[in-house]
Amino acid sequence: MSDIVSNPTASQSVTRPAAMADARLRGRYAAERRFQAYGLSAILFAAAFVVMLFGSILMKGLPAFFENHAVLNVALDPEVLDVGSARDKDKLAGADYQAVVNKTLRGMFPEVTDRAQRSALSKLLSSGAADDLRARVLANPASVGTTVRVSLPMSDLTDLYFKGAFGRAGGRPGAVIATPSATTGEVVINVEGNEFRDELTAIKKTLSLRAVELRKVADIAALNITSQAADIRASEATLSTVTATNDAGKLARLQTEIARQKVRVVEYERQKTAALEEAASLQKRIDATGSTEVLDANVPSFLVAINDGLVKIRELSAQRLVGDALLPLSSDKSVAAGAWQVVTYPMPEAKRGLTDQQIAWVDRLKSQGAVESTLNTRFFTAGASREPERAGILAALLGTLMTIGVTLALCLPTGVAAAIYLEKFAPKNVFTEFIEVNINNLAAVPSIVFGLLGLAMFIQLFGMPRSSALVGGLVLALLVLPTIIIASRAALSAVPHAITEGALGVGASKLQAIFHHVLPLAMPGIMTGTIIGMAHALGETAPLLLIGMVAFIVDLPDGVTSAATVLPVQIFQWAGLPEAGFQSRTAGGIIVLLTVLILMNGAAILLRKKFERRW
Amino acid sequence: MDSMTMPTPATATHVGSGVHGASKVTARDVNVYYGEKHALKGVNVDIADRSVMSFIGPSGCGKSTFLRCINRMNDTISSCRVTGKIQIQDQDIYDPSLDVVQLRARVGMVFQKPNPFPKSIFENVAYGPRIHGLARSKTDLEQIVNSSLEKAGLWNEVKDRLNEAGTGLSGGQQQRLCIARAIAVSPEVILMDEPCSALDPIATAKVEDLIGELKQNYCIIIVTHSMQQAARVSQRTAFFHLGTLVEEGPTTTIFTNPVDKRTQDYITGRTG
Repeated sequence: MSDIVSNPTASQSVTRPAAMADARLRGRYAAERRFQAYGLSAILFAAAFVVMLFGSILMKGLPAFFENHAVLNVALDPEVLDVGSARDKDKLAGADYQAVVNKTLRGMFPEVTDRAQRSALSKLLSSGAADDLRARVLANPASVGTTVRVSLPMSDLTDLYFKGAFGRAGGRPGAVIATPSATTGEVVINVEGNEFRDELTAIKKTLSLRAVELRKVADIAALNITSQAADIRASEATLSTVTATNDAGKLARLQTEIARQKVRVVEYERQKTAALEEAASLQKRIDATGSTEVLDANVPSFLVAINDGLVKIRELSAQRLVGDALLPLSSDKSVAAGAWQVVTYPMPEAKRGLTDQQIAWVDRLKSQGAVESTLNTRFFTAGASREPERAGILAALLGTLMTIGVTLALCLPTGVAAAIYLEKFAPKNVFTEFIEVNINNLAAVPSIVFGLLGLAMFIQLFGMPRSSALVGGLVLALLVLPTIIIASRAALSAVPHAITEGALGVGASKLQAIFHHVLPLAMPGIMTGTIIGMAHALGETAPLLLIGMVAFIVDLPDGVTSAATVLPVQIFQWAGLPEAGFQSRTAGGIIVLLTVLILMNGAAILLRKKFERRW
Repeated sequence: MDSMTMPTPATATHVGSGVHGASKVTARDVNVYYGEKHALKGVNVDIADRSVMSFIGPSGCGKSTFLRCINRMNDTISSCRVTGKIQIQDQDIYDPSLDVVQLRARVGMVFQKPNPFPKSIFENVAYGPRIHGLARSKTDLEQIVNSSLEKAGLWNEVKDRLNEAGTGLSGGQQQRLCIARAIAVSPEVILMDEPCSALDPIATAKVEDLIGELKQNYCIIIVTHSMQQAARVSQRTAFFHLGTLVEEGPTTTIFTNPVDKRTQDYITGRTG
């Protein structure tokens, strides 16, 4: 030892060439910078996706939190209500509120007389509007016979139109003088000059797009014909060999098959011809100049707003149009340039749920100030409904809170106790090792397996009520328990042994040392594990479907044993419904789910801060 | 070798400082096994009350292992097995009827690295008396905490901030807090496992002064790597080597006139 110390230069005698050392140093710095760049780009990449995710969810979901109401002056006529002079609750509850609502709407559009048109008009409002009115009248029976100003929910399609789901109406002022021929019914408007050139171009563009699509259909049909023909040839080849073997059954089967294939070829031929013919006729329309275009439901709608009325264009040529008055004109006087407008609804009528007529009505209502957008309180206070505008998230939210409550109450004490036992008390033998391996494996079991277990055990064996938050909570507790045990054990073993020794050193028992010192220090880690587990449970859908929590819950659950559903299941259900209004409800539900998650995480962070101690 | 490792009771009672005390801790033929490994081989030693005994020796020689046998801290290691007999005041501490928690209240311990609880200074000292029910009232408890801190020489430094975190003190203060925590439960023996190895020289000096004062009332056993420290604070010294107690005697004798060649090599820096 002393020999080495006495010769300090010996250890420094190894010298490297300066240039080589320099290169190595540069390489080292470059590697470090490269690594940082990789890390930074990975984070930016992930952040971009998070922003995209949240952006798309918020854009789709936020409209669900607002809804459009029609604010109408409703005359509560006892005659229309069919209640006579009676004002008792039963009679009022059974009154015909739909008739009152319909009458109010018709009063605003007196020109509507046609039966089908009247039906279309009443569909502007939600079918729940009458229910709302009933609730209002029942709360104040004295209002019968008077006119009240009420805010009634609009139908989901109307609501979607106002939220821009069907595109925004475009428009431009007319550049020349226009003269309408009538005020109602069929209206012919003559203009001077080549006024509708742009509209005609737009229509032709749509037509040519459709022609391209039709040709594609024809091409696919042609491909199918070729492949079917090959099949037929192969079948016929087999047929000749089978004929030689005299297998009657096989022969008959083959002949039927060939006949079927030939029918298919004919069908494809028909498709191809039809598509090509339509494409050719479209092409003729596109190529023709100076002709009259007939507008159908597959091209964007063009309308003319003139003399306080609205005319839907049916036939359009450069200087003349034929249309129907959707809203009556005040007169048939000529209108100066700039005082009338061409209005465009870019989405073809066939692709949206609202007709041009209905859009004309609701736009008129809006311009009269009878439409207001309010916070959608029903979304937060109602249960499930088949109608999007009446569907709410509260039942699912309560179900989730109860389920999570049951889960937390079960698995936090159990999980922590199990972790303490396994980490601090259990003897290290084959049995405890077996248990440890199994706990680790349980964390990786697909969640649907736990659902099956819950169905077989809790519902069928123990007879617990199905669809209930209690069973849901139990199943999720099974699911989350391994996560909590593993996280808690890691947290417990991360507490320095010196703390335990210090406590033991002053004469604390092992249990005292753990509960007074180790557990409080492990608490932040346990809390993190618990919150990860709870977040996992919060988003779980599959096992809950199996135990029947997919139920259609209209009434709010009043306890852990009553039928309930949870947020992810509700979102899953809404996502599968055909009504367009449920799309925004789905995104709205996701926002609520994420909010619950963020609140839970926030609470966990606060608790962790409170418990966190340095050592 | 036996004659060296088995001092007669007569020599054990004559401790270096001249204080006349009875043998407080007696170990006879103590063997420790970690699984298959034989870590401590046939240790016999007598340690007098109201004195400081230091254990020296190279790393892994078994001195800490032996120290931890005296308050049965080795019980926490599942593979550890102890044979032989250790008595404190004529009571066998490995007797199955003896409660290990009570034993640890009688034998306090200070660790190598200061390990105050992540609680307030007051709570650190009050924890022991509280779990043993030593204080009948809040004033009682405050009395115990104050006197313990005073005995540990920390009172003047922390009296204004008893509610601040114990982990916020400096290293030396933390170690003295740990000593206060140990003496708060009125132990008979205090074990110190390299108490100054993590401290700077000034803090070390303070802790050494403290040890000098504490020996008036306690039997102190200290494991140290610093032979100067052993010489400064202890009346008797034991030298361990490869699991055996090689030589034990008055500190001055061990350092000036060791009998065994291994001791001589170690204290002169030739081995270890």
